[in-house]
Amino acid sequence: MAKKEILICAGTACLSAGAEEIKDRFEEEIKKLNLTEDYEIKTVISNTGCIGPCSLGPIAIIKDDSTFYGHLKTENVERIVREHLLQGKIVEDLLTEENGEKIEDFKEIRFMKKQKRIALRNTGIIDPNKIEEYIERDGYQALKSVLNNLTPLEVIEEIKNSGLRGRGGAGFPTGMKWSFAHQAEGEQKYIICNADEGDPGAFMDRSILEGDPHSIIEAMIIAGYAIGAEQGYVYVRAEYPLAVKNLKIAIRAAENNGYLGSNIYGSDFSFNLEVRVGAGAFVCGEETALIASIEGKRGQPSTKPPYPANSGLWGKPTVINNVETLANIVPIINQGSDWFSSIGTEKSKGTKVFAVAGDVKNTGLVEVPMGTTLREIIFDIAGGIAEDKGFKAAQIGGPSGGTIPKEYLDLQIDYESVKKVGAIVGSGGLVIMDEDNSMVDVARFFLEFTEDESCGKCTPCRVGTKRMLDILEKILEGKGRRQDLDKLEKLGNTIKETSLCGLGQTAPNPVLSTLKYFREEYETLIKQAEEVN
Amino acid sequence: MAVIKLSALDHIFEKYEEKKGNLIPVLHDIQEEIGYLPVEVQRYASKKLGVAMSKIYGVISFYSFFTTEPKGEHTIGVCMGTACYVKGAEDILNRLKEELEIETGQTTADNKFTMTVTRCLGTCSMAPVIMIDEQVHGNLTAAKIPEVINKY
Repeated sequence: MAKKEILICAGTACLSAGAEEIKDRFEEEIKKLNLTEDYEIKTVISNTGCIGPCSLGPIAIIKDDSTFYGHLKTENVERIVREHLLQGKIVEDLLTEENGEKIEDFKEIRFMKKQKRIALRNTGIIDPNKIEEYIERDGYQALKSVLNNLTPLEVIEEIKNSGLRGRGGAGFPTGMKWSFAHQAEGEQKYIICNADEGDPGAFMDRSILEGDPHSIIEAMIIAGYAIGAEQGYVYVRAEYPLAVKNLKIAIRAAENNGYLGSNIYGSDFSFNLEVRVGAGAFVCGEETALIASIEGKRGQPSTKPPYPANSGLWGKPTVINNVETLANIVPIINQGSDWFSSIGTEKSKGTKVFAVAGDVKNTGLVEVPMGTTLREIIFDIAGGIAEDKGFKAAQIGGPSGGTIPKEYLDLQIDYESVKKVGAIVGSGGLVIMDEDNSMVDVARFFLEFTEDESCGKCTPCRVGTKRMLDILEKILEGKGRRQDLDKLEKLGNTIKETSLCGLGQTAPNPVLSTLKYFREEYETLIKQAEEVN
Repeated sequence: MAVIKLSALDHIFEKYEEKKGNLIPVLHDIQEEIGYLPVEVQRYASKKLGVAMSKIYGVISFYSFFTTEPKGEHTIGVCMGTACYVKGAEDILNRLKEELEIETGQTTADNKFTMTVTRCLGTCSMAPVIMIDEQVHGNLTAAKIPEVINKY
């Protein structure tokens, strides 16, 4: 019989709260009661693939019945082993209490309850370096059924029907992308996974690659089959060494098990996968720049059309999908497009993973159905603002996105609604700021980022972002003038309209959206400057 | 400075011989082995790969990970992502400058540390963080800095 598992989170927050001692004590007690044959203690170790509710650490989950024990103390471990493991009785008084109620089930605690984990279904639960654990959770079954039962066109149809849209930022329908590349002429085609997760504040792709690399490999093989590509590349940024390592281990395991290579599952379809590591250039997340980088060139974007689906890597038809997008493919195949499209809003289907960080009580990755409100994410799941300060704004979508102020807390988060208020869902970075943050400084922070990362090809982006940054710095130094705000807006709009790629087209967003919602902060600084001079 | 034995790099060129678009992987491996990419190495790579020297230099200067200067024994990357910034990354950076007596991009006199600022390391729930070589240190305060660097 397989051993029952006790999961102990060994994420950094839990470790610093004493998870190591808790684990030792569990081992001791289990040995004492001769339960070593029945129980196995598993620590979930990864900087980002941790279980999630960091503020409740140290925590243990009895996997069998998913009972959750939080704020554990070493002296309580003995009782859990004696009463729960030996006699099967949940230790009531050690359960976490929320709103006056004892919570037994891990899935019922506040941090998890409103989450719906599709893309993150395995992270923090399986050992990413053991392919058996992925296979146990129906891994590589979607691939098998695709190769045995579906034509490439049927696969594409299924993805189209699911309504899945690209999770990397632009929200382009994934099935359409695949169908363009499928239709494109050419023997040689490529599929690329864009894991160049450069937006500061976004870390879902890292977590998926570190915690569940096989789900990406399986999805890429399916995508390859659908469009007719036999070679894939995963382009991972150099800042993610653990993701690169786990991915390489997973690729080797998939090759050894016959999921990668020639004649997969006895079919006449063959597929190979290679990891390419970036070298520290934000713009390489833009697809034409990414292609240039894989080709061994400077990562500068090129004009579209031609689109990569027709002429991409080495001039061949190429599909580029983001990590989180690919993480949804296997569940769609396994559970059907109807199931997937029943989740979310009319035009934004499925879930979105948000990397919630900044001034909230519980930070971490949160996966919720599209259409969940900002208020639910911040106050129900993330537990509200740290130190019970006031909420000021949420910065969504990184340097390409914008800030959402208090009055839109009840905004439903989906591609269309967020765009309407002047931001973008983007990659899903969600940095929460309390009342102490200066929005002008936040805008400067992002502009400094894009100004530095501009590849220099287009003048509006290269020079324009520099000029905007100069003005912002001047304002922050107390030398601002009233006409500066008009200049910022004019420059911002020109850069948006005249830049070639997504970087330039979105670079002014953080400034424009703070000007829209927090103009008084700019004005106060300028007024102070005028009074001094 | 030690003389670099160029032929000792040949195994890297062999490893990627068959691969298309191998320039960046080759440069990564060389830098990992000898720490930086000086002109003589660029010239050697140009000959080995049949790629123009100007193109190789163009790639090295475009990507922030590549360096033509030797680095210290350990590289400290101070994360300047949004979450770290909001949580006081600048204080961490200033304390490191004080402790190590160097500016960003410089190497300590004893050649032990090179300090850089990095883009978001994606460990935002532990913000502010620094990465020393490949190890992330999180939930930092300026006061914790001496303790962290003393480990190295």
